[in-house]
Amino acid sequence: MRISVQSEDFDLADVLKGFGKQPNTGATVSFTGLVRDDTGTLDHMEIEHYPGMCDAAITKIAEEASARWALTDCLVIHRFGKLRPGDQIMMVATAARHRVEAFEAAEFLMDYLKSRAPFWKKEVTRDGADWVAAKDADEDALNRW
Amino acid sequence: MKIDVLYFAWVRERIGEPRETVETSAATVMDLVDELKAREPRYELAFSDLKSLRVAVDQELTEFDAPLEGVREVAFFPPMTGG
Repeated sequence: MRISVQSEDFDLADVLKGFGKQPNTGATVSFTGLVRDDTGTLDHMEIEHYPGMCDAAITKIAEEASARWALTDCLVIHRFGKLRPGDQIMMVATAARHRVEAFEAAEFLMDYLKSRAPFWKKEVTRDGADWVAAKDADEDALNRW
Repeated sequence: MKIDVLYFAWVRERIGEPRETVETSAATVMDLVDELKAREPRYELAFSDLKSLRVAVDQELTEFDAPLEGVREVAFFPPMTGG
């Protein structure tokens, strides 16, 4: 299991090299989140985080996923700081015996990281700056697990 | 007792600082909120709608009725938007 909270960018190919490589892994899934600009006005996004709590919160989520889907490997990278449209914000990767477990665990990780990992996004656009509000749908998504 | 109080995102902006050490005898998070609100309007503004706030005690998410005995750090912030 690897957890990293960092300001630097990451290289997907490098990160996934050797990920989950063991005889009982039959499937790996990876997801990468990017900074999206829906309106064409976004200059950048500021991602604030709670350093002390981040590692513990993400580790707890990753441990739960690892146990529940018997993952053979699990990886979470989440960036903070100033990010521009198209930049990578975060990624998760899961390795399991079968693809269903790998996909489900990746979705679980994403759902929980969205509303239980201490990050806050502020969008800075041409027209001003505003904090991204959490959506009810994000909280509801946890209920399916 | 002394407790480090941390603020994030718009809570931090409304309070005007990211953290402070507070001398308090509050028994619960809610008592601490009431003490802070009584201090200055900026706290009143930051804590005006508790439904839009979350709290972590010693870096673990909890509820506003959580006890503060032996606690070192309390953090207030809006619902998280990770991912």
